[in-house]
Amino acid sequence: MSAKRLMLSVVFGMACLTSAQAQVKVGVVTSSTGPVALVGIPQKNTVALLPTTAGGQTIEYISLDDGSDPSAAVSAFRKLISEDKVDAIIGPSGTASAVAALGFAAEAGVPMLAPVGSTAVILPMDDKKKWVFKTTQNDEIVSAALVRQMVKDGVKTVGFVGPTDPFGDNWLKVSSADAQKSGIKIVATERFQRQDTSFTAQGLKILSSRPDAVLIAAPGSSSVMPQTTLYDLGYRGKYYQTHGAALADYLRLGGKKVEGTTVAGSIMLVMDQASDSNPSKKVAAEYMGAYEKKYGSKPATFGANVYDAGLLLEQVIPVALKAGAPGTPAFRAALRDALEQVKNLPGAQGIYNLSPTDHSGFDERGIELLTVKNGQWAPLN
Amino acid sequence: MNAQIALLLGQDGVINGAIYALLALSILLVFSVTRVLLIPLGEFVSFAALTMAAMQAGKPALLGFLLVALSLAGLVMDLIDATRGGARRLRIGMLAMPAYVGVVTALSLALPLKDLGMALQALMTIALVLPLGPLLYRVLFQPIAGASALVLLIVAIAAHVALVSVGLLIFGPEGARTEPFSDSVFMLGEAVIQSQTLWVIGLSLLLIVLLYLFFERNLYGKALRATAVDRLGAQLMGISPELAGKVSFGLAAFISGLSGVLIAPITTIYFDSGFVISLKGFVGAIIGGLASYPVAALGAVALGLVEAFSTFYASSYKEVIVFTLLLPVLLWRSLAQKGVEDEK
Repeated sequence: MSAKRLMLSVVFGMACLTSAQAQVKVGVVTSSTGPVALVGIPQKNTVALLPTTAGGQTIEYISLDDGSDPSAAVSAFRKLISEDKVDAIIGPSGTASAVAALGFAAEAGVPMLAPVGSTAVILPMDDKKKWVFKTTQNDEIVSAALVRQMVKDGVKTVGFVGPTDPFGDNWLKVSSADAQKSGIKIVATERFQRQDTSFTAQGLKILSSRPDAVLIAAPGSSSVMPQTTLYDLGYRGKYYQTHGAALADYLRLGGKKVEGTTVAGSIMLVMDQASDSNPSKKVAAEYMGAYEKKYGSKPATFGANVYDAGLLLEQVIPVALKAGAPGTPAFRAALRDALEQVKNLPGAQGIYNLSPTDHSGFDERGIELLTVKNGQWAPLN
Repeated sequence: MNAQIALLLGQDGVINGAIYALLALSILLVFSVTRVLLIPLGEFVSFAALTMAAMQAGKPALLGFLLVALSLAGLVMDLIDATRGGARRLRIGMLAMPAYVGVVTALSLALPLKDLGMALQALMTIALVLPLGPLLYRVLFQPIAGASALVLLIVAIAAHVALVSVGLLIFGPEGARTEPFSDSVFMLGEAVIQSQTLWVIGLSLLLIVLLYLFFERNLYGKALRATAVDRLGAQLMGISPELAGKVSFGLAAFISGLSGVLIAPITTIYFDSGFVISLKGFVGAIIGGLASYPVAALGAVALGLVEAFSTFYASSYKEVIVFTLLLPVLLWRSLAQKGVEDEK
């Protein structure tokens, strides 16, 4: 008898909860455990700093971990969509997870703000991908900035180094196209895996093709080993690194051996030297201050991609509220439509100008070319 | 390819091969004594590397807390065993492991490890990783020592998954790397030989010789060999299977801790790097048919060489080449083997 009563009260309680649902619900899926944890942990930590109200509505965040596993990301998406009835989802952290999950978000008509690196989630645009927005710079923009700098530095031949995964594949494709346009020849293409214990063999291959410069495109601290190995083997050409390397860990692990590298990074790394005219500076400073106050350490740039997703939602929720109440398909569709209309919104990572064809919306203002000087980031030039 | 490149590749292959060989030997040792395929071996490697890196970065070595937790669990299990069965009574020896763990943990937190020099850091690291082996055996495998090899394997996999997560918790997601033992470089004719190479090869060889002496000359070593040959027979001769299990796990933890210290200056190690490294060790052990130590060691070195050269020719297909070459070996092994090993 008492069990029945308990059941009744639970059901009644749940009914109360659902009826009180006037607020906006946002699901967040990050990889705070597993191989992508380096990216996922600052992202998960950032959830606590996201805006809590917009357009007079409170925003509730439901944060789940996918363990860096695409199938777990899909089940997290399904749970958020069918049980929690979220209005939008931020995440997941990894490209593979995002590609696996985006179909479910699109089917349910839930806008998805993916803080992942690869353009594969928004290009080529189709009926599914129109529900996905990407809060990171496209590889194309970063690559173009790096190749422009190579031309300026008088580089004629380049050796490409990238991981054996979609990140490396996409970078090879994008940077090869850019290099070809600028008359730079890619003379060696070497691939590696994050957990490899040695890069010597690939390094020797690059060394024997004698390129003027080496472009290393790898996420996180895996970008360090190829460069230090090449240095140890005696390669003294120019080194270029993508935004994947733009982390404090890169400096810590690389030490003296990465001195003078050209890195395409975000304004967050050179806050002190960045010009005040850059509207991202204020947003980034706010974010970094709040993060440091809460966690006692500076956030990795990955966290800012989730922060920016929160800013985007804060911007579009008031607009979407005109179309319907939170929790309805009309509200979610209006959110999506409003996201495509966002213009000149400064985020911590750059300025967003979204459109129906461009769901990332960054231009080169989000990229700062940096170099390593005395073990610190410094603006190039 | 010229001779110089070949020499450098060979050097690279031998370094990795030496590490794989050490791991292959540990896997073989543990398997033959306890029938456990020690999947978490790789975690010992990464824990050692990351602990040493944490010391050099001036961070507290948090591995001690895991040890304390495990040793307390072990003590509780010992006590329960002692109260339950009348045959075994409370022994003062039960406190040895918690006491050792307590001392090592206290030392690791109290000593200014950053300024102590590389040799002491390495010693401290190995002292911290070493008890992981016996503790893991006591807590996870001793209660099910009689279970089928499949059950032991499943528990080993579970332990691996749990330890990877613990590693993430203790060391964080960032990779780490330690200072090389020395920066000096030797010239051998045309080839440049880094002193780190000599350290790795020298220590590996030394360890292999020590292991040989241990098994040939030492009573405990002989007891382990006896257990590997016939578990029941050894037990009847008064060799405790529990002690044999703990010693073999301890040896494995020691060897992989040393491998971790050796490999940490060469490459960036992450909390989940250990598995891939130990996987290569497994390949070596399998080449040795999970029975022959010299064949396993040679197989592991050959694997390192194949890996280095195949990476040079086609870096995208490195793992494909390495693991495809394993197929003929497996085929030859299974054809050469007379009968199927019986599952006790």
